[in-house]
Amino acid sequence: MKGILKIAYKLLVNDKGKFSALLIGITFAVFLMVMMTSMFSGILNRSASTIHNLGAKVWVMDPAVNTPANSIPMPDYVLDAVRSITGVKYAVPLYSGGALVKLKSGAYQSVTVMGLDDASLYGRPELIEGQIEDIYAENAFIVVKDSEFPKLENPQVGTEFELNDHRGVIVGIAKVATGSLFGVPTLYTTYNRALQYIPSARFTTAFILLEPKSSDDLPYIKAQVKALGYEALGKDEFVDKTSNFYKFKTGVGTNVLIMTVISFIVGLSISGQTFYTFILENLERFGALKAIGAKGRELVYMILFQAAFTALTSYGLGIGLAALVITIAKWRLASYAAMITFTDLGLAFIMVIIIAGISSYIGVRKVLKIEPFDIFRG
Amino acid sequence: MRATNLVKSFGEGEAKTVAVQDVSFDAYFGEMLFIEGPSGSGKTTLLSLISAILRPDSGTVLIEDKDIWNMSSDELADFRLNKVGFVFQDFHLFPRLTTVENVAIPLILKKRDWNESIDEAMKYLDIVGIKDRALLQPVKLSGGEQQRVAIARAIASQPDIMILDEPTASLDGDTGKKILEFVKKDILNDKRCIIVVTHDNRIFEYADRIIRMEDGKIVRTEQGGKREE
Repeated sequence: MKGILKIAYKLLVNDKGKFSALLIGITFAVFLMVMMTSMFSGILNRSASTIHNLGAKVWVMDPAVNTPANSIPMPDYVLDAVRSITGVKYAVPLYSGGALVKLKSGAYQSVTVMGLDDASLYGRPELIEGQIEDIYAENAFIVVKDSEFPKLENPQVGTEFELNDHRGVIVGIAKVATGSLFGVPTLYTTYNRALQYIPSARFTTAFILLEPKSSDDLPYIKAQVKALGYEALGKDEFVDKTSNFYKFKTGVGTNVLIMTVISFIVGLSISGQTFYTFILENLERFGALKAIGAKGRELVYMILFQAAFTALTSYGLGIGLAALVITIAKWRLASYAAMITFTDLGLAFIMVIIIAGISSYIGVRKVLKIEPFDIFRG
Repeated sequence: MRATNLVKSFGEGEAKTVAVQDVSFDAYFGEMLFIEGPSGSGKTTLLSLISAILRPDSGTVLIEDKDIWNMSSDELADFRLNKVGFVFQDFHLFPRLTTVENVAIPLILKKRDWNESIDEAMKYLDIVGIKDRALLQPVKLSGGEQQRVAIARAIASQPDIMILDEPTASLDGDTGKKILEFVKKDILNDKRCIIVVTHDNRIFEYADRIIRMEDGKIVRTEQGGKREE
């Protein structure tokens, strides 16, 4: 078997023109598929960055909320009601809102301000500079050092700015697991200071972050929150809700899906056509092999090997190319949101296997039909 | 090899054409048998019937007293691989493989190790006198050299029956004669039967026996030139 596969390999790679065309076609298709899906994965990951970064197990919100970026403030009594539900270990309010800061240079910059519960600072980020206690100091803010950090003119501990005519001071620099989606820097402060600095509507609690006593209490807590007219979601559920919103309600998902399908069709067309031509050109040789004594299944193995080798080589090249482009893009554009996930790789792999399968099916059908007698007849 | 009452037709109804009609003949080891006749006389069909490539409508082909058409498709493939060596009219060499790799194909199909097959193929290239062309691709060889490669590939499986289909069709007169002379002198032996299909009467002198076909039937069998010792 090894020998006949080596013949198949040599027939394939020694036909440099066809082999290159096959590789380029499928590589390009894989590249497009991976780029599309990885950009989408990056967007989805960043869209849920607040959920990941704050790390709360349960989020209570208005049922109409789709993402952490678009909260609908809840009245204060909801917090008290949630705290009184059996099975709730603790529940704290979270402020989330947008503001405009005036930097030292005089420039204005939009920011997202997260107001953490004053007593517990639940959801606080990990600091790389400064002390967390300093958040209680006058005018104190903690800045997140992510890809948006330079937009605040690379502040340091002690850097001052203006926020709605209030003086603000950076007392700490934090790191977070995931950067934000909307290209806006993030500042952390206490809940009450956030209310004090940023003009608010009647209700101010964007979310209630909740810790159940045990995971068994969660269904009951959810039911009780629902009875209040609100919704309690586990961390993963909220991430899924956010993802589903971007996938199905914004058009982003549909566009990415269309582009991925187009990439697949392009790859299938190029490789299918080229592989078919390759088989047609070698049809007489396959017939000669059959006449010499090759069995039908050996010819099938040869074609499957050729299709699989081309597909897997192109898959590797496509993934490598996509990784290279994303790396370069991230190097040049700090806020570039793309990440190659195992799901992206798996999806591209399945599509490549389908391309190889369809291409080889056409070849196999053709080769199995050829009769050695046709070789004699010429 | 004994072919008895072979019949083969193509098509159905009014379009039915009988290519081979009730043909019987014997071929022997050590013999160079020519089958000649005009185009459409059924030579190629007969060749396919006796070489386990085309199943006859009726009749038998006994080789060493075994009817090949009672074999399964896998057994037929093995039979072709181990007992029959083909030299096709257009050679059907693989242009993407080197000459020596082309010759090694039957050995590789026999599941022999790649390197061992290549080494052995070199010996056959030596026999046909083009060992120095081993690493070239067939397209870089002349017509006569390509014919020799095809012969080397055919003898690589050490066949009992060697079949040459119009071996001089793609060659000039002198080269064709040289090839046939070489086949008769160096390839034919007492354990091998060579069957040549041709309508080139310039090479009839190399035949031990000549079967003439017309309209799917054998119309005449005559002795050819004698084998040189």
